[in-house]
Amino acid sequence: MLIDFFLKLKRAGIPVTLMEFLTLLEALEKRLVFGSAEEFYYLARLSLVKDETNFDKFDRVFMEYFRGASYQSCDLIGGIPEEWLRKLQEKLLSEEEKRQIKAMGGLDKLLETLKKRYEEQKERHQGGSKWIGTGGTSPFGAYGYNPEGIRIGQADSRHQRAVKVWDKREFRDLDGSVELGTRNLKLALRRLRTFAREGAAQELDLPDTIRATAGNAGFLDIRMIPERHNKVKVLLFLDVGGSMDPHVEVCEQLFSAARSEFKHLEYFYFHNCVYEGVWRDNRRRFDQRLATLDLIHQFGPDYKLIFVGDATMGPYEINWPGGSVEHENVEPGSTWIRRLLEQYPHAAWLNPVPEQQWRYTRSIAAIRQLVGNRMFPMTMAGLNQAVELLNK
Amino acid sequence: MKFTGTDSYIATDDLKLAINSAVILGRPLLIKGEPGTGKTMLAEEVARALDKPLFQWHVKSTTKAQQGLYEYDAVSRLRDSQLGDARVHDIANYIVKGKLWEAFDSDRQAVLLIDEVDKADVEFPNDLLRELDRMEFYVYETRQLVQAKNRPVIIITSNNEKELPDAFLRRCFFHFISFPDRETLEQIVHVHYPCIATALVKEALEVFLGVREIPGLKKKPSTSELLDWLKILLAEQVSPEALQKAGRERQIPPLHGALLKNEQDLQLFQTPSRRAGAGYRV
Repeated sequence: MLIDFFLKLKRAGIPVTLMEFLTLLEALEKRLVFGSAEEFYYLARLSLVKDETNFDKFDRVFMEYFRGASYQSCDLIGGIPEEWLRKLQEKLLSEEEKRQIKAMGGLDKLLETLKKRYEEQKERHQGGSKWIGTGGTSPFGAYGYNPEGIRIGQADSRHQRAVKVWDKREFRDLDGSVELGTRNLKLALRRLRTFAREGAAQELDLPDTIRATAGNAGFLDIRMIPERHNKVKVLLFLDVGGSMDPHVEVCEQLFSAARSEFKHLEYFYFHNCVYEGVWRDNRRRFDQRLATLDLIHQFGPDYKLIFVGDATMGPYEINWPGGSVEHENVEPGSTWIRRLLEQYPHAAWLNPVPEQQWRYTRSIAAIRQLVGNRMFPMTMAGLNQAVELLNK
Repeated sequence: MKFTGTDSYIATDDLKLAINSAVILGRPLLIKGEPGTGKTMLAEEVARALDKPLFQWHVKSTTKAQQGLYEYDAVSRLRDSQLGDARVHDIANYIVKGKLWEAFDSDRQAVLLIDEVDKADVEFPNDLLRELDRMEFYVYETRQLVQAKNRPVIIITSNNEKELPDAFLRRCFFHFISFPDRETLEQIVHVHYPCIATALVKEALEVFLGVREIPGLKKKPSTSELLDWLKILLAEQVSPEALQKAGRERQIPPLHGALLKNEQDLQLFQTPSRRAGAGYRV
């Protein structure tokens, strides 16, 4: 019976294997847990999920799969007497909101629609604007934003302790697709460091030489190993000021994390788009500019280039000479970005703006095209992709 | 025999289940979690509670998987050969047992802690696959197969510095120790300081959880730091009222050295209005 559950986990993108599934069955057979949904939940998670970033996904699949088994409170229409809802209406809704309900055809109509929708709907639903569920804008469900909404489900299910554990979804923060905090950020950046020993053998390996010599009954046998060095060099370009202000904090975290990770890290600031000059110190941005061209000459093509910016600006700031909001630029920003990309083939643009919103901003699309689609959201998953690309 | 926590270690239900599953099914248990949530302590407590011998293998960046099995002490053999020692003819005299071997060799079922497995080279976990799976390995020098007399309970901790290979993860159970909630924290404090005044604990927890809430903190204080801090509070006889006052006025808590170990964090606390990153604003 659990095979469906297993397949559902796989479909949700959790890397479960048959071996782990068999382990779970073995544990069940040995009666490690018995008759408790909560214990079963822990056991299943213990044996199937090996990374806390997948806990949230697991919780969701678990919720969905076992809804039928222990989530009886889902039978909402039968569960909540109609009078309650009516009373609630009187108690909680303001005159304004009552008027809005009337706009939907009154409470009776609303309840009727709710019943109808509930019958149409086969699965638990979250988000969206029509179905009953949580977090959406449909008038039905909990945690929604529709003032005409009827709040259902949450208070009811909270009584059931068994449902509670995974309904809380407390590992949501650890999910790879949410925005970065300092902890997971460091982790991702660490992947940039390539620790591999490479190159020709050039260092005397004393312990190995001793071992080999001794193994050789005293005849000297010299062993060499390749030198271990951290070959990653990074140029970091950070967008400051203007539209980046809400993102400055995230940027600063990336910056602080990055600084401790690399030996060769050069960082520069720019405003909105890169032009002929950048700066290192924000307080002296006007009198201590560095020419971008000098920079290109100074740092070799083995540096990896990372831009951090929201790429949100007027299109003229990218494409036209003199388009900068701060100074008179002779050449357009796009030229400078292209020049940098030519010098540094390993490049990526990290964008703190959530990926879903990119398509609403023209300049993001423009920059994205400029950097050859190498723009990534500033989430753990996005950073992973960026790092993977930079390491190629 | 089931592990139910000890008089000095509070285990949550899911952690107990994890331990008991690992013991019964003989699988290694991988433990992750914030620093200071008692990952390393766990193995000691399990060994104590279940009355089993404990072997600890602390992994460093230079540790090789082979060292956990055995090492061939070639240097001693070389020296002995120069001195004409008779022992030199038997290579078995120069095989030094590693922690894993010792645990395999134990007459009673043992607990083996492999601490901070992520510190080692990326190949380290891969080199232990067969050993953890079959609980046996081969000594090439003496052509001897070492098998575990009793499958030891293996507890592996990781601080998440490197990703562990999938093949390794597949063979382990995985448990993530979340930061304890207030109730559990109270229990933890209670087992460590049974005589402490309730009012002090309440105020201290208030301040402590408040500190953890501050956005932008580089290093959040952990359970072990809370315990240290309480110890100093007790020694200095700080009153609950003083703590309450500090908490209310968002002042820096008394004896903060035990909680905030980073200059930047300290600054963050002293000037809560100037959040990190403000310096980069133009």
